[in-house]
Formats: sequence, structure tokens, C-alpha cells
Amino acid sequence: MSFPHRHLLGIEALRPDEITAILDLAEDYVTLNRQAAKHSDILSGLTQINMFFETSTRTQASFEIAGKRLGADVMNMAMQASSIKKGETLIDTALTLNAMHPDLLVVRHPHSGAVDLLAQKVNCAVLNAGDGRHEHPTQALLDALTIRRAKGRLHRLNIAICGDIAHSRVARSNILLLGKMESRIRLVGPPTLMPAQIERFGVEVYDDMSEGLKDVDVVMMLRLQKERMDGGFIPSEREYYHRYGLDAEKLALAKPDAIVMHPGPMNRGVEIDGEIADDINRSVIQEQVEMGVAVRMAAMDLLARNLRTNRADPDAA
Amino acid sequence: MDLLFTNAQLVCPLTDTTTRGWLAIKDGAIAATGTNDTPPDAREIIDCAGKVLAPGIVDIGVKVCEPGERHKESFRSAGAAAAAGGVTTMVTRPDTSPAIDNPETLEFVMRRAKETTPVNVLPMAALTKGREGREMTEIGFLMDAGAVAFTDCDNIVRDTKVFSRALTYARSLGALIIAHPQEPGLSAGAAATSGQFASLRGLPAVTAMAERMGLDRDIALIEMTGARYHADQITTARALPALERAKANGFDITAGTSIHHLTLNELDVADYRTFFKVKPPLRSEDDRLAVVEALASGLIDTLSSMHTPQDEESKRLPFEEAASGAVGLETLLPAALRLYHAGHIGLPALFRALSLNPARRLGLACGHLGRGAPADLVLFDPNVPFILDRFTLHSKSKNTPFDGQRMQGRVLACYVSGNEVYRRP
Repeated sequence: MSFPHRHLLGIEALRPDEITAILDLAEDYVTLNRQAAKHSDILSGLTQINMFFETSTRTQASFEIAGKRLGADVMNMAMQASSIKKGETLIDTALTLNAMHPDLLVVRHPHSGAVDLLAQKVNCAVLNAGDGRHEHPTQALLDALTIRRAKGRLHRLNIAICGDIAHSRVARSNILLLGKMESRIRLVGPPTLMPAQIERFGVEVYDDMSEGLKDVDVVMMLRLQKERMDGGFIPSEREYYHRYGLDAEKLALAKPDAIVMHPGPMNRGVEIDGEIADDINRSVIQEQVEMGVAVRMAAMDLLARNLRTNRADPDAA
Repeated sequence: MDLLFTNAQLVCPLTDTTTRGWLAIKDGAIAATGTNDTPPDAREIIDCAGKVLAPGIVDIGVKVCEPGERHKESFRSAGAAAAAGGVTTMVTRPDTSPAIDNPETLEFVMRRAKETTPVNVLPMAALTKGREGREMTEIGFLMDAGAVAFTDCDNIVRDTKVFSRALTYARSLGALIIAHPQEPGLSAGAAATSGQFASLRGLPAVTAMAERMGLDRDIALIEMTGARYHADQITTARALPALERAKANGFDITAGTSIHHLTLNELDVADYRTFFKVKPPLRSEDDRLAVVEALASGLIDTLSSMHTPQDEESKRLPFEEAASGAVGLETLLPAALRLYHAGHIGLPALFRALSLNPARRLGLACGHLGRGAPADLVLFDPNVPFILDRFTLHSKSKNTPFDGQRMQGRVLACYVSGNEVYRRP
């Protein structure tokens, strides 16, 4: 199996067989994670730094657990609190960290493309944990693993992604990934939250949820950021919930065995009804979190293998 | 005669011709030109070996970072870059820090320019104090001090009442107002033009329609006030019909565009390359082609470099945070020749946009090869290929989007009032 990448910056650069390779390896880690002894030494001796320029609880925790379970030395840096406040540029921060010889750098940044920029300046493997509105590749991979385990495949599924598509890196990475795996994607949301010319990505766009959810296999809800709720993009929280919130009535239009997903954290009563989120027969939201750790372990494992190969033989890459 | 060019391709936008012949200079002005007849005697004779001799470029909208940011560009470095690029007149922008919004600052700038710059420098001044869009500047005093036009650059005067009064006042003095047509609400925070590419890259974007909305507003104000108006950059297809109608209605309006919008499109940004971040953002290929056509037809009057020096620190940032702008004085002509080589525009029409039209708009005598015009000239080889290395540029800042690109055509020599200010080594 080949995974010829130095970094994991986005889904855009991955081929379908490479996506499958990550998911297959992640399955092994799902098994490991369910055992009492969860530890492996694959990343032993390697240093992993989590640099989050934007607050995160679950993604950071997920990367931290993934690294620790694989035996890496993990360090967390809350960047919004430190050097950026002192006026240091992203590049200088990257060079400073690079001098400490990390092996894996997990980066989240509020601006699109910032993680790519950082990756150009360091000589370790960089994992994008979300950059602006651009990509969030491990989220798309964990979503794919969750879907594959629930539906047995990733191709020829009807998948609705609903809500704030415009500001969502999760949506972009999922559109790219699910498109590569040959599923049919529908985007459902108010036109104010749709990116320009998004239909050119080979997706169907709906502004009516009842049409958009008809006969889909997967309903993927997105978080609506609080600051976008009042007047700017949508009139109000309650009107949004009425038109685009996922409740039992709207979900009834999807296939009877359709699963419900959400990248979290959820706004219950804004984009999703609490009861649906908790319905163990429909909601796979908790499983998504579980798959997150496994997928991140798989991704770091693969990148570390390349790192070791390249360091052993610098000309091989 | 003081100086005689022989064996040259004379490109004159005034007569709309390219002719093989000679050109003679006396007392800093063009004294005579000819084709087959015998040239007059001269103290110095330059054999042009069949290369092109054209009127020097009048570049409206050059940013020299004095006062305030001399580490990005000084008058000395900008002047050297201009001479090497065939730009014989720099019309400089007032968006310095502090802004050039009073006669004292303007006088400082003109003194600095005179001391260190081999080419002509004509400064513009801010239209409102601090370019803040609240109070108009001393337009009369500034004109007396030498301001050739008034502009707040890319700061749009949002308050229509303030703008209409400034236009009305400017009209009484015959002052030229240069504005940046853009609807500021829509364009706030934008780093790209909205469309498939911006959506893929997840960049905050502005619709191309914002340019037309800004232009429509300004046209209404021109109709209301009768002011002399020049749009700094028209970059979208949607704005062109509005411009055409305004001209047909007889308003005193002209428009320019930038070399970057004529030769690059939004896809050139690729993986967040910040040297391609300009303002307004690069457009779609459809828009680019429409603007090229408008330049060739004369609907768009002028072509400038929109020279905007930025140091590495302000560009080596995530795309959204990075500063906008690109240097262009030295690449303006080679890049513009891409349009010529692609068959979009002939050389006389190109120099109409680079030299004649900007000169006319500012009431200058240069911009053509007619008798009596100042001998501001550029000698260039339109065909020689080269690969641009940004570190060879004379500008202090090296932020050119053309770095590493194949270019065709380069400046061999440049003359201001008959004096050689640049010769390619």
C-alpha cells in the first residue's frame, strides 16, 4: 500500500485508493481502541506538537489521545494565547518550533491556506486540523469511516450536507472526499450560507430541506456559528430551526435507515432536535467521535512511516 | 540637432502608426521625424537597429512609500525602476503614511522626488483628509503646489454626501478626481473574487458586481456634479456597459485598468500565493478577456502598473492577512507585450493606453512622437525572451507575480527630455 504524502493538508490532494488505505488502517485502530490495553509504540520517540491558533476542545483532545496511544510525546500549544499576541508572524512561529525538531505538527488556524503556508517552512509532517473555510481532512475521513461502517460502502450513496456550507471547512472536505468516492452529494441550506458557484463541484443544491432530504442515505448536519445567527445571514435562530433544523418530521423524508451525523459541537434546537441527536437508532454522532481518534491514529501512522523512510534515505522521496 | 535616433520602428499612438525611420531631438523636445528622407545632422546618433522607439510610459497610480515606509520603496529606487521599465512619468499615489493630504507634505514629496528621481514625478493628493472620507482636502492649495489629481486610492468615500461635495468643489477648480469603483459593503474583508475558485480555497470573496455598483454610483454623481472623473481600475465585464453608456452620454469620464488584471486571472493564486493578491482581487478569465477587448477598443483609456511595493514580511502571511498589491514599474511593458504577442492589441494602441491617454487626461504634452512633444522615449526590443528573476528588479520590494515567468520584450534604453536615464547593461 502506498501513501506518498509528506503532509495531510487536505482531501484535495488524495486519490480514492489512498483514502481507502487510511480508512482500512483506521479500522485496525478502532479494534485497538476498544481493547483494555490501547497502547502501541508505533510513534515511540517521535514528538507531536498540537498548535491550535483557534480554540478547539474535541479535535485537539482527539489528536492528543491518538498521539499518546501510539506512543508519541505530545505537547499542546494554545497559540491564540501566546506568541501571536506578541506580534510574532506565523512563519517565525513555525521556524521557532521547527528548531525544536518536532516530527508531527498538528495545526489549526482561522485563515484558509495558513496550514499550507506553515507546511512549506518546516521539515516535519504537518496535519491540517482545520484551516479557515478551506479544509478539515481528518473530519472528512472520520465521517467517511463512520458512513462506511454504517452503510458498508462509500459509493452510490445519497448524502445530504445541511446548514452553513459557506463557512464550513468540514463541508468542503466532505464534498471533495465523498465526490472522489463516487457518492451523490446534496447541499441543503439557505442561499445566504451557500458558497458561490458551488454547483460546479458536481453537487446538487437545495434551499428546501424537504426536497433535499428526500430518500437520502445520510443526513450530515453542520454547526451554525452563533455569530452568524442574528440577522446577518439568517433572520433568526427560530426561523432557521423551523426551516433547516433537523427534526423527526424532516428526517422522515429520508430513507428509513438513514443515519444522522454532526461534526459537533451541536446546537440543540438550532440545527438539530435533541431527541434525534440522542436516537441511538439514527444518530451516529458519538461513533463519529470514536472514529475520529482511529482515523487520526491511522493518518499519523502513515505519515510517520513516510517520515522514517525519507530520513533513512533522503533521496527516496 | 542634439540627438538623432536612426533605423527605429517609430510607434506613435497619435498618428496610430508604426513606421521605420528616424527621430531627431533638440532642446529636450522632438524636433522632427522622417522615414525615407535623409535625417538631419546631430551631435549624437543612436542606431536603433530596427528596435522600437515609442513615447515613454505615463503610469498613473504608482505608490512610492515616502513618507512613511521608505524601506519598501523610496523615490530613488522607484525612479530607477521606472527608468528601467520605460516609465518616463510616474503619477504617484497619496496613500502613504501619513497620507499626502496637505500642501506641506506634498512639497516634501516633490522635493524628495526632484533630488533622487531621473524620471518625471507628478504627485496626486488625497481627496479627503487622512483618506478617511469625512472632510475634503485643500484642493486649491494642493493644485497650486503641484497635485495633478485627487484620489483616496482604494479607500472608497462611502459617504455619498461627502463625495458629491468634493466632486462639486473639485469641478470649480477643474481638478481631476480618480476613484476606485467598488461597493465597499460588499467588498469588505474580501481577498478573492467570488466564484468556484474562491469557494474551493475557502477565501472570503467579493462578487464582481461590486465594481459595477461602485461605478454606477460614481457615474450618477458625475452626472449630478459635472466633475472630471477617472476610474482607477475597471476589471470586470459587468462594469463595461455602464462605462460605455456614461461616455456616450458625454460625461467627463475615463477609466484605467491594471496590467495584472489584464494578464493574470484568479486561478494564478493557486495555492494561496500572496504575490498574486491585489486589489481589487484577480478576476475570472472571462472578465480578463472582456477587459483586454475594452482596452483594445479604447473603451478603457489607460493602462497602469498600479505599482504597490510590499516587503516580504507583509506578504509572507496567510492569504487573508497578507497585504495587497504588486510592484509593476519594470514589468509593465514586458507584461503588456504579452497582449501584443497574443494578437490582442497593436503597438500604437498599446501606447495609446500606456502613454498618450494618461498624458492627455492629465493635460501633459508628452505621450506621442509628434513635433514639439517632450523627448520622453522608450527604446525596446519587443521580441527578446527572458525569464524574470524578481531579485533583478530595481524596486526595494520584490513582490512581483511574474517571478520566474517567461516574458517577451524588454527595455533597452529610456530617455527623459532627451537625456538618457537608463541603458540596459
